[in-house]
Amino acid sequence: MIQRTENIIIRTICRILIPAIQLFGLYVIAHGHGSPGGGFQGGCILAASFILMVIALGLEETKRRFTEKLNNIFSSLGVFVYAWTGWMCLLLGANFLDYSVLSAILPADPIKARYLGMFSIEVGVGITVMAVMVSLFIDLVTGGKHGEGL
Amino acid sequence: MAPVAVVLISIGVFFMFSGTIGFLRFPDFFTRMHSTGKSDTLGIVLTLTGLALYNLDHGLTLASFLVSLKIMFIAIFWFAGSPTVTHAITRAAFKSKIEPWTKDGRSVIDWPPDKEETK
Repeated sequence: MIQRTENIIIRTICRILIPAIQLFGLYVIAHGHGSPGGGFQGGCILAASFILMVIALGLEETKRRFTEKLNNIFSSLGVFVYAWTGWMCLLLGANFLDYSVLSAILPADPIKARYLGMFSIEVGVGITVMAVMVSLFIDLVTGGKHGEGL
Repeated sequence: MAPVAVVLISIGVFFMFSGTIGFLRFPDFFTRMHSTGKSDTLGIVLTLTGLALYNLDHGLTLASFLVSLKIMFIAIFWFAGSPTVTHAITRAAFKSKIEPWTKDGRSVIDWPPDKEETK
């Protein structure tokens, strides 16, 4: 069992590094269609920042900042974003995830609409992967009892 | 800028080499952390700085400048993260009462430390 650390060096460096890791995760998600990266990888990086928070600051403080309820909402919200991007294409008369017809409801031409559609499913994948990774980690380290362990 | 880059990368590789030799040859946990914690940090930061300078060698454009900036971000985060990780691991070993190595094999005075000291 690891206690919550009182060490000022670890706390300070984590306080500096965690926002930078999260910013890098958002960068990887946002540039996923043009360069190496994407929703899954960016979501894993975002989840790594929360895992670092659990290791350095303790499970209680992490759950106070990023609650179980918010985690569950995020894990559903990503699937919602992904599925509704596909369903909007179906409703507009094309195949599932055929983004170019989204130009009818977005202020963009079909090529730009394809770009925006890809971006929105990357965002959905990133949100879900982040939330599911964090909840898997918390389940594993506490043996399913979320209040104890670590 | 290529000669400066070559000198920096060579110094960095030397530091990482000596750190690895120390990691393989030193007798116990604390001396190994002492060897790798410092020299690997300096070696990697020097090597990445050399790579960033070498990347600027073929003309200073916006794209190559951005790549060098990203490499320098890696170096900065490594410079912050690696000593912290070394500190955390060594502190955990100290708290779990791993005994330091001594030359004549005798135990260190006042070892294991009291609970108040390790806190």
